[in-house]
Amino acid sequence: MLKDKVKALFDEPACGVNQAKSEKDRKAGCSKPLTPGAAAGGCAFDGAKIALQPVTDAAHLIHGPLACEGNSWDNRGSGSSGSDLWRRSFTTDLTELDIVTGQGEKKLYRGIREIAQRFAPAAVFVYSTCVTALIGDDIDAVCKHASAKYGLPVIPVNGAGFVGSKNLGNKIAGQALLDHVIGTVEPDDVGPTDIVILGEFNLAGEFWQVKPLFDRLGIRVRACVPGDARYAEIAGAHTARATMVVCSTALVGLARQMTERWGIPYFEGSFYGVLDTSESLRQVARLLVARGAPDDLIARTEALVTEEESRVAARLDPYREKLAGKRVLLNTGGVKSWSVVAALMEIGMEIVGTSVKKSTPEDRERIKILMREDPHMFESMAPRDLYKMLADGEADIMLSGGRTQFIALKAKTPWLDINQERVHPYAGYDGMVELVKQIDLALHNPMWAQVRAPAPWDEDGNLIETVVALAAATSPSPLQGEVKESAVEAAQPDDSFAARHRKKFSESRVENSDPEYLARHRKKFAKTDADDMGEC
Amino acid sequence: MAAIVTTQKAAAVNPLKSSQPLGAALAFLGVAEAMPLFHGSQGCTSFALVLFVRHFKEAIPLQTTAMDEVATILGGADHLEEALLNLKNRTKPKLIGVCTTALVETRGEDFLGDITLIKRKREAELAGTDVLLVHTPDFEGAIEEGYSKAVLALIEGLVQPVEPRRVDPGKVAILPGWHLTVADLDLLRDTVESFGLEPVIVPDISGSLDGTVPGRWIPTTYGGTPVEAIRALGDAAHCIAIGEHVRRPAEMLHAIAGVPCTVLETLGSLEAADRFITLLSRLSGRPVPSKLRRARSRLQDAMLDGHFHFGGKRVAIAAEPDHLYALAAFFTGMGAEVVTAVTTTGHSAILDKVPAAEVAVGDLDDFETRAGEAGCDLLVTHSHGRQASERLGVPLLRVGFPIFDRLGSQHRRTILYDGVRDQIIEAANMFQAQQRIHTPDSLDPFRDRGETHDGHSQASHH
Repeated sequence: MLKDKVKALFDEPACGVNQAKSEKDRKAGCSKPLTPGAAAGGCAFDGAKIALQPVTDAAHLIHGPLACEGNSWDNRGSGSSGSDLWRRSFTTDLTELDIVTGQGEKKLYRGIREIAQRFAPAAVFVYSTCVTALIGDDIDAVCKHASAKYGLPVIPVNGAGFVGSKNLGNKIAGQALLDHVIGTVEPDDVGPTDIVILGEFNLAGEFWQVKPLFDRLGIRVRACVPGDARYAEIAGAHTARATMVVCSTALVGLARQMTERWGIPYFEGSFYGVLDTSESLRQVARLLVARGAPDDLIARTEALVTEEESRVAARLDPYREKLAGKRVLLNTGGVKSWSVVAALMEIGMEIVGTSVKKSTPEDRERIKILMREDPHMFESMAPRDLYKMLADGEADIMLSGGRTQFIALKAKTPWLDINQERVHPYAGYDGMVELVKQIDLALHNPMWAQVRAPAPWDEDGNLIETVVALAAATSPSPLQGEVKESAVEAAQPDDSFAARHRKKFSESRVENSDPEYLARHRKKFAKTDADDMGEC
Repeated sequence: MAAIVTTQKAAAVNPLKSSQPLGAALAFLGVAEAMPLFHGSQGCTSFALVLFVRHFKEAIPLQTTAMDEVATILGGADHLEEALLNLKNRTKPKLIGVCTTALVETRGEDFLGDITLIKRKREAELAGTDVLLVHTPDFEGAIEEGYSKAVLALIEGLVQPVEPRRVDPGKVAILPGWHLTVADLDLLRDTVESFGLEPVIVPDISGSLDGTVPGRWIPTTYGGTPVEAIRALGDAAHCIAIGEHVRRPAEMLHAIAGVPCTVLETLGSLEAADRFITLLSRLSGRPVPSKLRRARSRLQDAMLDGHFHFGGKRVAIAAEPDHLYALAAFFTGMGAEVVTAVTTTGHSAILDKVPAAEVAVGDLDDFETRAGEAGCDLLVTHSHGRQASERLGVPLLRVGFPIFDRLGSQHRRTILYDGVRDQIIEAANMFQAQQRIHTPDSLDPFRDRGETHDGHSQASHH
């Protein structure tokens, strides 16, 4: 049963990767077997929770032993403009006794009651986990019963960790919305310019950079799923006239089924980068007009786009000179790589590599066109290789998620978080300015020169060169005796040994970067398909 | 002394606990060239890994057997074997610490049998790597229990008996509790060395999680206690365990190699530090070095300066048992009152001694509710206490694990003369920052008839 369900979720006609596969490959599904001892990334439960947790006025109850929730709660930066209930953590925290005596279902039921009575949530999402799936707790039945008894929606999400990857968990969450939520509320204010946005997480509140654009055009965001979503908004999402899918691999299946069930057309777009933001606005306008919105929406959209683009261009100008030619390594699946690639290239940065782990073939083609020479795409890179590449100075900055943060920092390479824990909003026109500003700040922090300069002693602590200039003093001391000359040199900082020494090391960490090695190295990356942190 | 109560809720709200395997992994991370391995689905590892990374701000070696649904039904021995071989090939660790999780423990396999078989079958491939097993299902215990089991496994699995007993008179085995920071371990080492003794700290995260820039990629832990040093612990003159939860490993060392042991409940107060220093002086036969005498005097001075700010203050603490005891003893020792004490599990013998009327086994929701009802001036727990702090309007002193929204948690000293002094200063400054300015209203004898707790934050009742 579970197998069929998983198979159905992976057989996604709207998924670009899936479309490109042969019939045989398609049957195999897209869950790659994990390598024990060399795997990384979250499980299906992780994915399911991530996809639904930002629904702000719902309680998210995790049915299982402690670790699933206890080790992971309150760790994502979605913004809420209303309730903070979603940030509270609820788990049945099963003990050995609960499991042995089969108390799981009863405890879950009581847990739902406690939450319903004490917190009055708009809904309760109940997540199964490995252990409760293994012992066969019927969470569907418990949810149904509790829902009837306490008069609020209680939605089962069956994504136990062992069924697969985070991506599968995203899909399971989408399916749960379709099966239990969307279409259960009929709003009384349906309009011709209502839209739904799927896969927008409102990280660092960044959707609030975009929503005013829609407001200006008179387009109503009926529901943004899941970022800053209220349960009732999602329940009425089926009345929208168009859907935009933002993080395509996660919820595109949901978008397709909404088309099939309610005839809502969808497109895949992005709010990262100037051109993408503009194109997404245009697409929304076109879809709405095709379905009966006033014709002038298109012209008004063009006017807004023109105005905003010229404003953002002026705001980006100061950065062009500072960032032109800087080499970026993009190592993330969290945002649409090509859209960030395009955005950064537009201000003159050079992309030395980008991960395409979650990109569709179409995305890859776009990247190839954008990065004319040597499109260095990789599925993912082993930490050791990544470290080597950065330590060798092949990139000036890496943009990635927290998982690989310390690989970059240990390699003394500037790093910027563009994944779920980030604190800066990067969406829309203003978000692009923010991203470029943050890259500038990271790259040009003056501490890099100091942190990269070697210590002025060898491995045994013997002074090798007097690279540290000390101020001259009147009375002789052991220190000054040795560094007399450099103290003089320090008077002419531009040409001093210390300055040259620092400069040399700050500009280049390449100590043995022969081109042949690098070429071979790159080839190696191109083939690897290990998980992010997997291969050590 | 303290009454231990368990709160009756079906669903935990805002858990206080981190999981048991995470605690075990923390202990293995204190061994040089080690690699902890979770036997479970990959999410178990991913969650723990991310939490470690957020706390330590370091790349953390931690791997998974990546159980899928087939292995969950048919058994995980093959996954375990493959994981061990892959880890051996790719990272060449000296030690792999296998920590079980709730998934495989619920399934219930003979892990020890599996590992024994794998070791025999793959003897050549696994040569030079010790493989240890700890049973750490997530459905029981928390960090303390997991850590304790892993330290026990290190002693039981590695220490070689010395027959007949030979003693290296300068060697002292130190088994620190998990709640000691990197800076605490450095201080411990310096202190022991100042008596001319050679400390062997097991495990020692000050060598592996101290935040350095090694200059090359190291896939395992880059420092910590060498496996060989643990193996050779049998000739230690004495063993000092710090915290009730490392008593069993200390007793195991005694059982295996006859090393006499002393368990100290805490090092977090002047008198506790005195006990430790006295012990070192006796073991070494040396007088207490002047540096330590000076440090003691500085602590005395900090206590004199600081006690004004602690006197009568109402403090709420949520922490694992030994840590709770240490913190509660520290605050009450300075004149504060522990009005709320919440802990993770109720089995530790130390809980009876916690200087509070009641210790509740519960979550951070119980902590918040109780602290709010009692009225308090300071919350003391890990970073997840921030929600309670926001809602109650009471400042939060971040201690223990995880601390993900402040830097430098590992470089704070909390023990011995210097650490206690640091902690007094930190808490006193938080109290001072909260000092209320008296107003005509606040002092009006007709407004406050003495029913409310003087000094506690009025904001908590807003």
